[in-house]
Amino acid sequence: MEREESMTSKEKIFANLNPLHNDPVADKPDLSFLSPTSYQDPLKVFIETSQTNAGANVIELNPDEDINQRILLAYPEAKIIASNIPDIKANLNPDAIKEKSDLLKVDVGVVEGKIGVAENGCVWVPQTMKERAICFASENLIILLDKKSIVSNMHEAYRLISENSNYFSPYNFGTFISGPSKTADIEGALVFGAQGAKTLTLILL
Amino acid sequence: MISHSSASQEYLKDTATAARHDETFYGVRHKRDVISRSLPEWEDLREAASRIKEHTLENLSYYLTQFEEKALENGAKVLWAKDAEEYNKIVYEILSGKGIDKVVKSKSMLTEECHLNDFLEERGIQVVESDLGERILQMMKLAPSHVVMPALHIHKEDIGDCFREKISGTENNNDPTYLTHVARMHLREKFLEAGAGITGANFGIAATGEVVVCTNEGNADMSTAMPPLHIVSMGIEKVIPDQYSLAIFHRLLARSATGQPTTAFTSHFRGPVPGKEMYIILVDNGRSEFLKNPEHWKTLKCIRCGACMNTCPVYRRSSGYSYSYFIPGPIGINLSMLHNPKSNSGNVAACSLCCSCDNVCPVKVDLSTQIYKWRQQLDSFGTASKEKKLISNVMKTIFNHPNLYTNLLRISPLLNILPTNIGLNPWAYGHKMMHFPKKSFHQLWKEKKV
Repeated sequence: MEREESMTSKEKIFANLNPLHNDPVADKPDLSFLSPTSYQDPLKVFIETSQTNAGANVIELNPDEDINQRILLAYPEAKIIASNIPDIKANLNPDAIKEKSDLLKVDVGVVEGKIGVAENGCVWVPQTMKERAICFASENLIILLDKKSIVSNMHEAYRLISENSNYFSPYNFGTFISGPSKTADIEGALVFGAQGAKTLTLILL
Repeated sequence: MISHSSASQEYLKDTATAARHDETFYGVRHKRDVISRSLPEWEDLREAASRIKEHTLENLSYYLTQFEEKALENGAKVLWAKDAEEYNKIVYEILSGKGIDKVVKSKSMLTEECHLNDFLEERGIQVVESDLGERILQMMKLAPSHVVMPALHIHKEDIGDCFREKISGTENNNDPTYLTHVARMHLREKFLEAGAGITGANFGIAATGEVVVCTNEGNADMSTAMPPLHIVSMGIEKVIPDQYSLAIFHRLLARSATGQPTTAFTSHFRGPVPGKEMYIILVDNGRSEFLKNPEHWKTLKCIRCGACMNTCPVYRRSSGYSYSYFIPGPIGINLSMLHNPKSNSGNVAACSLCCSCDNVCPVKVDLSTQIYKWRQQLDSFGTASKEKKLISNVMKTIFNHPNLYTNLLRISPLLNILPTNIGLNPWAYGHKMMHFPKKSFHQLWKEKKV
């Protein structure tokens, strides 16, 4: 009993578990039977899934088009645009926020995506700004994404993420975003903009 | 102990609501069916997920050790809680130590299990649920009725009335879009005021020490992006080996839960943002004991998608409130029996053994087999029905004595004149009693009439 009392909670929990195996990693189940669907044209599937399943707007930017004009065209009434991407004309910088409440006044946040996933319209957005709230609190979100960075499925996406530790440096955070924030909590009716952005626009470069 | 069948009587009085509940959740199940069939590798994904979970649970000490090491390297603080009481105390001590009296929370079944909100509020800390469904329930002082869609059973008119009472400026409008956006503005103030954000964890990744949280609303992100402190509450069974495994679970989770190819947000927390703090509390609360149960340890493979509820004909027709445990449906029956068999035995009859749940579970928990096994153990918990036990023993004697059986069969038509609803036969309740024919098949055979 005395021994029991002097044990830490962690020790008590571990006392119940199977003893530490020498090398469980070597015993990992064989999953070679799994062959994930990959698409011949991931970009086409990605655009389709993003628009239909995820509810995002997709814009393919022509090489001669100006990105800032395209943003204004998409959100003509935007007063506060937040971004720390050098080429983007913004009037709020998420690296230099004075008042936390400013984060809730953003009309359009513009951030960079690194990987697009065709099967579900997910875009990998690692945190590259001091206040990541602009990815969630902005009324509308724009994600810029290189067309060449589209993969077929989550297996490929997570392989890329596990190979690139930079994604988590220095902010220790990354998120997959697929379309605007949504809920169906009230009688199952789909509503955009539950807590996060009400619209999501993907600009493919 | 309250039986599921008696608790559901109250619910079933409102037939319109019951019918709508059934239809709504069948709709979710249908979406799951459609999307799962669109992936040729669906069954292989389930098999892979099942094997990974079993492997991880069998080697949990290894993976938890690795998870803790990596999380510490990432700059998070890791704490262990043996039970709900210790967990609640840890959260309270972290908050009170920093003088925090307002927190926002994203949906977490673990905090429901431990009754964290009550514990904190009794001690003067305001807790605000940020998932829309959970916030509605919190304001209406109701418990969740489903793990993924906790408030889907509530009518929009009642939600509108509640908002008009609790959120000033709410107009006389019950449109779901309008009400959702009222809650959006209301919650934004809360995110701003909160000193800490509490989230659950869908997955903990041992290889990287990160915590993964999936939401459609982005509420876990709002809850953690604004306040300076993030507290993660994670059951010890939530750990998985690596990102290779995560890809498999990610593909299964939302498809199984709501029929979507993904949730809108899948957030990876690999330590605190510089200048902020992150605590990860690993909670046992019985889990390490359950893992020692040779018949029921596989229940811990569950990833809380809710697919077994949506497909369950009993859940759909009786709703979450007919179960004695806060998690309903097939998985709730099994979890409730692991946690407290004496007070939850009344749930095990809420299963027709149709086995549909086994076929939709993304990690292949053998839910119906386990429910069947729990039923066999009721006598050992002292919760077997006395009437059913008596009748079973009488039947056993009859079946073991052929002469007695034949004689009784001859006079069995006498039972037809007994009224069926006098409460003698617990199996006859809500069922039409069988009609005993004048002559048995055996008799007819002998008379060469068949």
